[in-house]
Amino acid sequence: MRVGFLHSLIRRDEKLLIAELRRRRDMEIVFLDDRRLVFDLETRPPVDLVLERSINHSRAMHALRLFEGVGTACVNAYEVARRCGDKILTAASLRDHGVPQPEVRIAFTPESALAAVEELGYPAVLKPAVGSWGRLLSRVNDRDAAETVLEHKAILGSYHHSIFFVQQYVEKRGRDIRAFVVGDECVAAIYRTSDHWITNTARGGRASNCPVTPDLAGISLRAAQAMGGGVLAVDLFETGGGFLVNEVNYTMEFRNSIDVTGVNIPERIVSYLRRAVP
Amino acid sequence: MHECPVCEAEVTISADPVEGELLECEECGIELEILALDPITLGEAPDAEEDWGE
Repeated sequence: MRVGFLHSLIRRDEKLLIAELRRRRDMEIVFLDDRRLVFDLETRPPVDLVLERSINHSRAMHALRLFEGVGTACVNAYEVARRCGDKILTAASLRDHGVPQPEVRIAFTPESALAAVEELGYPAVLKPAVGSWGRLLSRVNDRDAAETVLEHKAILGSYHHSIFFVQQYVEKRGRDIRAFVVGDECVAAIYRTSDHWITNTARGGRASNCPVTPDLAGISLRAAQAMGGGVLAVDLFETGGGFLVNEVNYTMEFRNSIDVTGVNIPERIVSYLRRAVP
Repeated sequence: MHECPVCEAEVTISADPVEGELLECEECGIELEILALDPITLGEAPDAEEDWGE
């Protein structure tokens, strides 16, 4: 099987996947650097499947649409990338499938966004609809802070920062959970622990093993299915009322989670590819 | 031996390098990218963009 490896910069996660692909005698890698690609809407790439590992959301999403348009299967699919890459679409998809999530509000002006924050109560979290690694998240603890952040976003941000995504702040007692879903299985999970309210490992959160209980596997698989399925990392909060799904990531980073979970995540991803070809 | 294009310190390359691979110069801390394999050519990695991530 010829696997198109869609990438830009190649990080340790991608190196681990490349090493796993090279171990397989029945797989051949075709590197597809998104910085060099030119699409013509007609030409099918000489591959059986594209494995998406681009660091840029906008390039990944459009490339997946164009590959699928000429009949090339992709992991993950374009629709999955579109839903996961936009927190508003993620929230709507989770809601469509009855997957529990924190209360959210979406508003289109600073004034209506402020009303939404006041309705949710303080503290609340303002997130850019498109973004990752915990960047530009704002926990607003009072009205003064909310007014300031909203004004800055409206004036200093590009146009998509004027689409306001407000999320109820969930007290997570220093940790949250990331669950790794590959196909129809939740293969591993980690706790991400930090003294900071942002627990992303990209921001210094520490990874440790989290047992994959039936409840955790169940909600993680439901969240993944809500996005369209595939290879996904589901971020969850633990609350007294059960798990809440915070985000779902479609170009998941796993390099810090292999040793602590004992699960060879890149091996699981590469094994899944054959099942993903129609 | 491969040289950091910024600080000229020696940079270690993995045994199985690939084009586009991200490295860090241990001396100056800058992120580097392998631009070509034959011969190995290093350049400064691009800065993170707003839509970078998972």
